[in-house]
Amino acid sequence: MLRLVLHRLLLSIPLILVASAVTFLLTALVPGDAARAILGLNASPEAYQALRESMGLDLPLWQQYVNYMAGLFQGSFGTSLSTGEPVATMLGQRLPVTLSLVVLSTIVCALVGILLGTVSAIRGGFLGRAVDVLSLAGLALPNFWIALVLVALLAVGLRAFPATGYVPLETSPGLWLWALTLPVIAISLGGIATVSKQTRDSMLDVLDRDYIRTLRATGLTQGAIVWKHGLRNAAIPVMTVLGLVFVSLLSGSVFAEVVFVLPGLGLQAVAATRQHDVAVIEGIAIVFTVIVIVANLIIDLLYGWLNPKVRVR
Amino acid sequence: MSAPVTTLIPTRSIQPGFWHRWLRKPLGVASAVFLLLVIIACALAPLISPYSPYQQDLADVLSLPSATHWLGTDALGRDVLSRLLFGGPVTLFGVLQAVAVLIVISVPVGLIAGYFGGWTDRAVNGITDIVLALPTIIIVLAVLAVFGTNMSAAMITLGILGSAGVIRVVRSAVLSVRNELYVSAAYVSGATSWRILLRHVLPRVAGPIIVQAALFAAIALAVQTGLAFLSLGIVPPEPSWGGMVGEAAVVIEQFPWLLVPSGGLIALTILAFGLIGDSVRDAAVEGWSRRAGTTMNWIQAASRGRAATAPSVPDTAVLRVEDLDVSFGDTKVLDGVSLELQRGEVLGVVGESGSGKTVTALSLLGLLPPGARISSGAIRLEGADITGYGERQFAAIRGSKIAMVFQEPMVSLDPSFRVGDQIAEVVRRHARVSRAESRRRAITLLEKVRLPEPAEVARRYPHEISGGMAQRICIALSLAGDPTVLVADEPTTALDVTVQAEILDLLRSLQSEMGMSVILVSHDWGVIAEICDRAVVMYAGQVVESGPVGDLISNPAHPYTSALLESDPARSIGLPELPTIPGSVPTPREWPHGCHFQPRCARATAECALPIPMFRAEEDRSFRCIHPVGDRTPQEVGR
Repeated sequence: MLRLVLHRLLLSIPLILVASAVTFLLTALVPGDAARAILGLNASPEAYQALRESMGLDLPLWQQYVNYMAGLFQGSFGTSLSTGEPVATMLGQRLPVTLSLVVLSTIVCALVGILLGTVSAIRGGFLGRAVDVLSLAGLALPNFWIALVLVALLAVGLRAFPATGYVPLETSPGLWLWALTLPVIAISLGGIATVSKQTRDSMLDVLDRDYIRTLRATGLTQGAIVWKHGLRNAAIPVMTVLGLVFVSLLSGSVFAEVVFVLPGLGLQAVAATRQHDVAVIEGIAIVFTVIVIVANLIIDLLYGWLNPKVRVR
Repeated sequence: MSAPVTTLIPTRSIQPGFWHRWLRKPLGVASAVFLLLVIIACALAPLISPYSPYQQDLADVLSLPSATHWLGTDALGRDVLSRLLFGGPVTLFGVLQAVAVLIVISVPVGLIAGYFGGWTDRAVNGITDIVLALPTIIIVLAVLAVFGTNMSAAMITLGILGSAGVIRVVRSAVLSVRNELYVSAAYVSGATSWRILLRHVLPRVAGPIIVQAALFAAIALAVQTGLAFLSLGIVPPEPSWGGMVGEAAVVIEQFPWLLVPSGGLIALTILAFGLIGDSVRDAAVEGWSRRAGTTMNWIQAASRGRAATAPSVPDTAVLRVEDLDVSFGDTKVLDGVSLELQRGEVLGVVGESGSGKTVTALSLLGLLPPGARISSGAIRLEGADITGYGERQFAAIRGSKIAMVFQEPMVSLDPSFRVGDQIAEVVRRHARVSRAESRRRAITLLEKVRLPEPAEVARRYPHEISGGMAQRICIALSLAGDPTVLVADEPTTALDVTVQAEILDLLRSLQSEMGMSVILVSHDWGVIAEICDRAVVMYAGQVVESGPVGDLISNPAHPYTSALLESDPARSIGLPELPTIPGSVPTPREWPHGCHFQPRCARATAECALPIPMFRAEEDRSFRCIHPVGDRTPQEVGR
C-alpha cells in the first residue's frame, strides 16, 4: 500500500514538469509576447523593451522556463497578461467553486451509479434495460446540452432552481447545494452511466463466486449477501473506473461552469482562452494536474482500504 | 520450408467470419448507415439544402417546424435544417482530423511497444502514464488561446492526447498475438519484423483499433461541438452543430425548441459512433468465444417458493430424499434419487465425477445453479417437505438445520473480510447476541476446529491462510448455526494427503461431539471407509446401490460398485496395473434406456435395456441390478 502511494507521488513529479513544460512551450508560440499583450500595440518601444526585461522575456527560452519553475515552487504562477493580477490569487479564489462541483459530482456518480448497478444486477429485466438506456443517453448526450435542457426545463420552466450563480459553502450550505444541483446533474449523467455499468458487471461476476455460495449455505439473508459481501467485493474494480470518471468530470466542469456561470477555474479558462491569456491557462493546467494527482491518491487509498490483498503489501 | 508455415497464417483480416457476424448486429449496422447518410447529406449540402445557411428572414424568426422550414428557424430567421447541413462538414472534419492523428500515432507506437517490448515498451508506458493524467480539455483550451480561432489545432491536439489510451490497448492486443504459433512460425521462416508486424500482427489487432477509433470519434465529436458551443475555434456566423447549440442557448427562455435539432443530431451522431464501436467489439469477441446466452444469476433465478407445503410427518430419518429428479432445461441430470439419513449417522455418497453426487448435495440446501430445477420427487428434512422452498425459506433453514462444506476451501471464503468477522456474522444470524459475544463465539468455533491460536487466526484475511486452515474455517462457518445435518462435498479433495486425514478426523469427532448427522460426498473409497456408517453409490444420475460401508466394500452387489472398488488405487497395490472401467461416465444426454451402466458392463444382457428398479436385499442392502455380483440370484432379491 505504502509502495503504491509512493509510486504515485514519484510519478507526480514528472507529471507536473510535463504539464508545465507543455503549456510553457505553447506560450512561446504566441505571436508577440506577454509584454506586448499587457501594453497593447500603441506602447512606445522603450516602455515595451523595459517591460520585456523586467519580465525576463529577453532571456533564452530555457532560462525563462527555469525561472517559471522556480516561481512555481515558491507558489507563484506569474501574472495574468490581461489583468496584471497574480495568477495564484485569481485561481485561489476560483478553486473552491470547481472543487465543490467536481467532488459533489463524483460522490453523486459513485452513490447513484453503485445503487443503480447493484439493483440492476439483482433484478435484471426491466431495470437492467433501463440502466442500458441510461448509460447510452449518459454517454451520447453532450453535457453542455444536458445543462441547457436542465436550465430550460427546471430553471426557466419550473423556476425550481437558479439558472446561474454560485453561493459559497461557508455562506450558506443550503444555497450552495441548491445552486450546484443542476450543474452536478448535468455533468454526472455520463459518470453515473459508467459507474453503474461497471458495478453491474462486477456484481454479476462476484455473485457467481464460490464464496457467495458458501455464505448462502450459512443462512445469511440475500440482503446481507448482496449489500455487504457482494458490494464490498464488487466495489474494488469500480474504484478504478471512478478515477477515470473523476477526470472526465473535471472536463465536464468547464462546460457546466460556462452554462451556469459558476465562477470556477473552467469559466476562467474559457475567458482566458478568449483573451489569449496564456499565463492563466498555464496556471489552470497545473492546478488541474495536481487535482488529478490528489484524486488518484485518494482513490488508491480507498482501493487499498477495500482490498486487503493490496493493503498488507 | 515456407509452405507449411503459410497454412498456419490466417489469411483473412481480423478473424474469419468477422464481417459476417458484424452484419448481423442490427444496432451497429443501423448506426453505420445513419452515419453514412449524415455524411452524404452534409457533403451534398450546397446541392440539397433548401436555403443558404446565412439567409436571414427577420419576418419569420424562431418558428417551429413547418412545410417551408422543416426544422424551424433561428433567432435571425435562418433555416435550421440548412444550417445543420452546412455545419456538418466543419464539425465532422474536426472529428476526422482528431481520429486520423490518433491512428497515425497510436497504431505504430502501440505495435512497436507491444512487439519489441523491453525498454521501448517501458519508455512508451512511462510517457502514456503521464499523458493520461494531463487535463486534456485545459491543454486544448491553451492551444486555442495560442492559435486563436483554429479548430484544426485543437482537434490535432486532442488526437495527440487521446493516443495515450489507445496505444495501451493496441500494445496489449499485440502482446496477446505476438506469441501465437503463426507469428513465431513467420519469424522462424525468416520474415523481417516489419513484415511480420504489417502482414500478420496488424490484421489481428485491427478489431480493437476500430473499436477504439469509433469510441474516440464519439469523444472528439463531443469536444468539437463543445468548443464550437463556446464559440472557440469557429467564428459565429459560420454554421456548426455546436455553435447552433450556443445560438439556441441565447434564446432558451423564449424558444427552447431550438435546442432540439442541433442537440439531437449531435447526440445521435455520438451514439452512432459508440454503437459502431460496441458492435465491432461484440462481433470480435464472439469470434473468440461463443458465450452462453444466459446471464441469469441465482437471485434472478430464485423462486418465491410454494405458499403451502405438505405438513410435517413424524419420521425416524432426519433427512429423506424420495425419487428426486433434477433437470437442466430439458435434460435430466438426476434420475429418481432416493436416500435417507438417520439421526447421528454419517452417510457416504460415492461415485465418479458426472454421477450427480454434487447436484444431489446442492439440491438439499436449495443451492442448485440457475437453470437447474427439481422436476419431481421430494426432500424431507425432519419430516418437513422442503422441496418447493424458495430462496427466503431456504435461508431460514440453512446454517441452523442443514449446513454445507465445499470442495475448494481457498475460494470459499470472502476475500474482503477477516475470517473471524465472517464467522461472527453467521453467529449473529443464528443467535441474538452482541457483537462482542459473537466474536467470542467465533473464536470458540475456531478452537473447536482445532486451529492453534484461534484469536490470531480470527484476525487474518483469507489470502493469509493455507488450504487446510481454510477448510477448518469453512467447517467452523458451517457449525456457527449449530446445524442438525451437515453436508460435506469432497471436503478433502483439494487438500494435501496429510491434511486430508486430519480434516476427516475432525469431521468425525465433531459429528459425535455435536450429535450431527453428516452426508459426506466423495469419489474416494478410502475417505468413505474411514468415517461413514452407510453409503450410497451413484452412477450417471442414479443411486445404484446402498448399504453399510463394510458390507458394501467386502461384498458389492452392483457390477459398477464392484468395478469402482477394483479400480480404487489404494486396493490395487501389488497388482501389475490399475484395473479401470472401460469407457467413461455418459453425459446426461447420452444416458441409455434401462440400466445406465449397461454399455460398460460385462454382465449386461438384453433385459438390461428395460427399466431397472431398486431391489431390496438382506441387511439394509439394496441395488439397481438384475445380474448382481456374488452368490445372489435374481430369486433371492425382492422388491
